[in-house]
Amino acid sequence: MVNSLFQHPVLLQATPSRLLSLSPVDLIIIVIYFGLVLGIGFYLKRYAKTSEDFFMAGREMTAWIAGLSFLAANLGSLELMGWAAAAYQYGILATHWYWIGAIPAMLFLGVVMMPFYYICKTHSVPGYLHLRYGESARALSAISFGFMTVLMSGINMYSMALVLKVVLGWDINFSIWVSSLTVAVYVALGGLLSAIFNEVLQFILIWAGALLIPILGLIETGGWDGMVARIQKNLPGGDYTHLWRTMGSFTDNPMGIHWTGIVFGLGWVISFGYWTTDFLVVQRVLSARDLRSAKLAPIIGSAFKMMVPFIVILPGLLALAVLPMKLVGEGEAVATGAHSYNEVLPLMLARYCGPGLLGLGITALIAGFMSGMAGNVSAFATVWTYDIYRPLLKRRQPRDEHLVKVGRWCTILGVLVSIGTAYLVMQFKSIMDYVQALFSFFIAPLFGTVLLGMLFRRITPAGGFWGLLAGTVSSIGMWAWVKVDKGALAYIALSSNAKDMAENMYRGLWSWVVCVVVTVVVSLLTRPKPDKELAGLVYGLTEVPSEGHLPLWKRPIFWAAVVATVFFILNIIFW
Amino acid sequence: MSDRTHFISIWFFIGAMLLTYGVLIFGAGIYELYSPPAQPVVLAKLHAGIWWGALLSLLGALYIHRFRPKHGPSIKPDRR
Repeated sequence: MVNSLFQHPVLLQATPSRLLSLSPVDLIIIVIYFGLVLGIGFYLKRYAKTSEDFFMAGREMTAWIAGLSFLAANLGSLELMGWAAAAYQYGILATHWYWIGAIPAMLFLGVVMMPFYYICKTHSVPGYLHLRYGESARALSAISFGFMTVLMSGINMYSMALVLKVVLGWDINFSIWVSSLTVAVYVALGGLLSAIFNEVLQFILIWAGALLIPILGLIETGGWDGMVARIQKNLPGGDYTHLWRTMGSFTDNPMGIHWTGIVFGLGWVISFGYWTTDFLVVQRVLSARDLRSAKLAPIIGSAFKMMVPFIVILPGLLALAVLPMKLVGEGEAVATGAHSYNEVLPLMLARYCGPGLLGLGITALIAGFMSGMAGNVSAFATVWTYDIYRPLLKRRQPRDEHLVKVGRWCTILGVLVSIGTAYLVMQFKSIMDYVQALFSFFIAPLFGTVLLGMLFRRITPAGGFWGLLAGTVSSIGMWAWVKVDKGALAYIALSSNAKDMAENMYRGLWSWVVCVVVTVVVSLLTRPKPDKELAGLVYGLTEVPSEGHLPLWKRPIFWAAVVATVFFILNIIFW
Repeated sequence: MSDRTHFISIWFFIGAMLLTYGVLIFGAGIYELYSPPAQPVVLAKLHAGIWWGALLSLLGALYIHRFRPKHGPSIKPDRR
């Protein structure tokens, strides 16, 4: 029995590569994972009877559970496969999306914005817009969020199917249906509670499965210096290991981006937009049991976020140093049969991980994909039920059980629509660039609308709606302009040498500026809401409980300062 | 809100998962030690499976012990 379990590799491969061979113990590990997540879903069904349970996990989560779930919902296919691939293509510059592109925004959410979200007891970000601006802004935000969410979910599915095709030789269509139906079952059964439980479990699993790659990689290369020396030998002339040193010019770095794009486009608009207004992640924090936990959750998430490059970016850099073959883009890989950038993590797994460890690593990848997908689906179900379906009922107030039932059906509907979008995603050359484009369409203007609404009581409902609409339309317009006229790139991204990611950063920045300007101008021309209607929603009109009686180490602001300090030190070390 | 008396903590599930995976990986590592594969992975001489499997098993056992379901008073996972 032991022999048959560990000795004979199961050959599921399409090509005779070591990468595609799994032993029975690897398959057992994968099967156990699917059984566990489904089992948790069935176990939690009994605890998801009310709408508050199903959509908000009963608002009983600790700071740690909410914080890890907050991060895990984002730790989908993009984080694991996409950013390891980006690290192989662009070097350590990809780390900007984890540090300046996440940490300041996560801390800002915890310290500044969370009190407004939490005290007004909204169920969603579009729900906040409803309270602050009225029905029009909520409808626009809810519909654009629903659209973006199912597209993101489709990206997750496609990425997972790609891994399973490459590593296991599974049919891509079969993979999409098996994985997505598994997510549909456990989210439909236990709602957000089930999604959060599985996300925390998946987060631990991702670290357990992925941590060995950088450890063994650094041992093989002789540490960081040895890795850098090998990269310089393999790719002479390129700088792949400095964060800021090559940012002075568009042409000095492999990403084709200037530091202004990283700081103002990514670090400000895109990052703050995503981490503070994307309901996919904010929903996890809203499930916290009290305001202090809700403020601490993003801060805990940010501390772990700072460490994620160790298991995502470093493997990409190590691949530059140790892999004997050169990876290529998806299109060239299909044409020539070479390995693509997106396969860098599975290739590194195959390099270091024998039976058992390989199964754990592959399961970690699958877990990452499923947590991202579950995050999208549960957020979609909440927004659809509360912000699109319920307003349509108008006068009739639905019963609580009815809302739960609608939430369950929305989960299944969301998965089915996502499956359709997964097939659309396959047509795009680069997963990452596509998602960045989506972010700048919807997220950047939304950040402007929410931020102005929280900070200034003078901003009016009309200003909020027209600013959001103008920002979104301008973003789509700029994207279309570059598509039909490449010369437009010089105006939008400030350089004709800018690459796709740089273009997305600047488009996000301009659409945010358009949103802010239109919001302010329209607000000055229209009448604001009375102060009594803005209580609990706007700075200056919201009573935030004092934390002065708590010891220093229990205050969220203290831990935010600790994380911020480490963030600055890391940027200086890898400057 | 649903009654969450005797709710099993998420950390217990995590402990069970880590212990199960740790034992499987440790077993696979021991087997490889005595029957090395024809095409070993890079750094196979370090026997990463054995050490990693043992570490996961230890962590899993600790979590199972610390967060095992208890009978009697209400146990809420969010209080852990």
